[in-house]
Amino acid sequence: MTLGFYPGCSLKGSSREYAESVLAVAETFGITMQEISDWNCCGATAAHNLNRDLSLALPARILALAEKQGLTEIVVPCAACYSRLTVTRYELSKDPALKAKISEINNMEFNGTISILNIIQMIDKYITPVLESRVVKPFDHKVACYYGCYLVRPHEILNFDREEDPQTMDELMLKIGATPIDWAYKTECCGAGLSVSRTKSVGRLSGKIIGDAKDRGAEAMIVVCPMCHSNLDMRRDSVNSYLGEKVDIPVLYVTQAIGLAVGIERKALALQRHFVKVTI
Amino acid sequence: MSKIGVFVCHCGENISATVDCVKVAETAGRYEGVTFSVDYKYMCSDPGQSIIKNAIIEKGLTGVVVASCSPRMHEPTFRKACAEAGLNPYMCEMANLREHCSWVHEKGEATTEKAIDLVRILVEKVKYNQSLNAIKVPVTKTALVIGGGIAGIQASLDIANAGHKVILIEKDPSIGGHMSQLSETFPTLDCSQCILTPRMVEVAQHPNITLYTYAELESLEGFIGNFKAKIRRKSKSLDEKICTGCGLCTTKCPNKKIPSEFNEGLGTRTAIYVPFPQAVPNKPVIDRIHCTYYIKGKCRICEKVCPTQAIRFDQEDQIVETEIGAIVIATGFAVKQTDFFPEYGYGKYPDIITGLQFERLASASGPTLGEIRRPSDGKIPEKIVFLACAGSRDEAKGIPYCSKICCMYIAKHAMLYQHKVHGGKSYVFYMDIRAGGKMYEEFVRRAIEDDGVNYIRGRVSRIYEKNGKLIVKGADTLLGGIPVEIEADMVVLATAGVANEGAEELAQKLHVSYDSYHFFAEAHPKLKPVETNTAGIFLAGACQAPRDIPESVSMASGAAVKVAGLFSQDELTREPLIAVVNRQAAPVYSSCVGCFLCVSACPYQAIEKEEIKNRNGEVIKSIAKVNPGLCQGCGTCVAFCRTKSIDIQGYTHEQMYSEVMALLNEY
Repeated sequence: MTLGFYPGCSLKGSSREYAESVLAVAETFGITMQEISDWNCCGATAAHNLNRDLSLALPARILALAEKQGLTEIVVPCAACYSRLTVTRYELSKDPALKAKISEINNMEFNGTISILNIIQMIDKYITPVLESRVVKPFDHKVACYYGCYLVRPHEILNFDREEDPQTMDELMLKIGATPIDWAYKTECCGAGLSVSRTKSVGRLSGKIIGDAKDRGAEAMIVVCPMCHSNLDMRRDSVNSYLGEKVDIPVLYVTQAIGLAVGIERKALALQRHFVKVTI
Repeated sequence: MSKIGVFVCHCGENISATVDCVKVAETAGRYEGVTFSVDYKYMCSDPGQSIIKNAIIEKGLTGVVVASCSPRMHEPTFRKACAEAGLNPYMCEMANLREHCSWVHEKGEATTEKAIDLVRILVEKVKYNQSLNAIKVPVTKTALVIGGGIAGIQASLDIANAGHKVILIEKDPSIGGHMSQLSETFPTLDCSQCILTPRMVEVAQHPNITLYTYAELESLEGFIGNFKAKIRRKSKSLDEKICTGCGLCTTKCPNKKIPSEFNEGLGTRTAIYVPFPQAVPNKPVIDRIHCTYYIKGKCRICEKVCPTQAIRFDQEDQIVETEIGAIVIATGFAVKQTDFFPEYGYGKYPDIITGLQFERLASASGPTLGEIRRPSDGKIPEKIVFLACAGSRDEAKGIPYCSKICCMYIAKHAMLYQHKVHGGKSYVFYMDIRAGGKMYEEFVRRAIEDDGVNYIRGRVSRIYEKNGKLIVKGADTLLGGIPVEIEADMVVLATAGVANEGAEELAQKLHVSYDSYHFFAEAHPKLKPVETNTAGIFLAGACQAPRDIPESVSMASGAAVKVAGLFSQDELTREPLIAVVNRQAAPVYSSCVGCFLCVSACPYQAIEKEEIKNRNGEVIKSIAKVNPGLCQGCGTCVAFCRTKSIDIQGYTHEQMYSEVMALLNEY
């Protein structure tokens, strides 16, 4: 089976371990990921702060390309990309005039036939039905599933999971033998783009997240967003200086945890690329 | 030959600002059959009516067209004026120049043209009007009150004390409603039960009141003065006449862990139970959903211990059919539960409770006998946080309105907490303090200034549990939106007041309207607050919108006066605008061919078969006949009739055609 694949910039750079683990898990379950050819930036947080047309035209071009390349379903692992693409499809589908305008800007017709899956939806649809039978080494750890902001919000557009206390990742973790903890910071802000400009604020915001997970005995954080990952992992020094102690709970992508459970090589899952050493 | 008068009203400037009223009157005066036409500033005023009356008498008018406002506003006024001048009131028609023309169009030629058209079609219609006589119907002087909370109790007592019979039905085993659950009442802090229970007893003992508890309305038919209600008396599994209310059965029932509705789930009850010690009637019912005997077929302990053998396991629901003349809906409201709030934990934290639950904790008859103890471990909370507007005034939650009672009861809660837990700390997060009412603002100031309750203006974004404390994260918007974090032992959410579950279904059963929040709709928001759009059905209390006790009681007394006013008449007059099947001389008798499609089409079962017999008693023809007492004039049968044999009086085929032709024909 073949699914479309939109990596976005992070998965080609700072979070290539996410891309590698996604592809490794997909391959294990017989899914071919066909990268959209000639893809561009989704616009991320910058575009929609500056220019509405641009913030819609960029994702619309990606979707139009995918449609043109005969794809009916695309997987978008990065939560921010997933949000931008889904919001664009929503905005354009309810406003024909806007759709026409954006199509003209791109000089490319976007029909809106394509469906967009985040990583959890992709796993739920194509992997979960057979997942439990494929587990060879249960991921027997207490985990804190951290959803961040983009995966579940805004609910009226994404229509995915509960926005205040989401559950889908927790349920997935149960399937691979992990014990998800009940905690308070599932959807609190990690600091996002302040990672670059105000590292100290990120230390405080991500510190509260890591701190609560630690207090409740988590052995690993599970994430689906490259931005969240870099704040919780790469900025761990700032986090630790906010917490005033050295906390070394590793931060894994959901696909890395699944990969470990179904027996994929650690190297293929790119666990060695994290800043906080993954020893579990 | 018709002699029609046309009376064009300026309605101050309401009509004349956009319509050239003088031109309308002049044009109408030239129509065939119009013998008199005039315009005047206020046609509904005394001098205006005199113009109409004088014209009828002096010109011998046979029909009148008043071109003014909506007939909903002044049709009765002008028809009465015509009648006073000796003209049959149904020879008067109204052209709606205000709502249908001047209010919705700009000033201009076209607007005046439209006004002229509106007048012309009514002139043509009135040529075919016929004299009609109002229908007289008797009034059944018994009222049905639905709901036995404070509003229903007050309405029942007021109607009964005016000398009329009342049937009060309550779905729960006892009357008393939410008020019986409350601890103390703002702004005087008098005990709720102390002021309510005497009223409950009065209801039970009043000779004019028949009380059916554990009963619901099954169906309703008929119209003002002449309703027929079916009431389902749910089986109590008990012979109430034999039961002495000794309560032995409730102490021996082995099934003791059922969450008590009266205590809002904070206490338990047995399967055979009296909801609370002061219940009226003070006799138990068996809750069949939880009773071991009904689930497993074994037990019957209550039956064994009952000293008077009053238990009846095989008792069935009973349907009581009764005739009533008026109805008061007093079904009250519900509050949102804590599981409605994802950001406050979806109801998973036992120490986050609703305001109504706090009432039970603070009440002397409650599960803690009035001590403020938190549900999880029974500890006395040292720090307590109250959240106003939990759900209310929040469009994202689908509840954009203010629930109205919360600001006051939260001040009361915090005050009661401070009185009962010395040294305790209480916080209130609020958006605005809405304390409009007699002695209300003073009451809130007392909580803040005398009892030291900390009021924080701001919202709470999240509550979670950590190390046995509830972490309340909010903002203080008076200090520039700085984050506030409180480690509380207990949190009380003033959850939104909403319509009762099933309110929509009941409204449909009663044929009354309801608003988008499923509260029952009043007929006019200012001038008819206790009436519904259905004649003879009235509203009292929080079933119409969130209401506090004084407002509910006032509304109930208002509704009771409306009922008593209705019952002060022996007969009601009804508009004769009903369907009739035409009758002709023999040998045709009627153009009706007896297909009886109309019988199945009629929503009011108002059409029956009539057999026309010859002198020997042999049936010559079967035709349809409309019962004028039941017909509501909806016109469905007219549309169904294949031979156009049915007409609505006042809106006959002839009248309708003439209206259409008036528009189509060039004048």
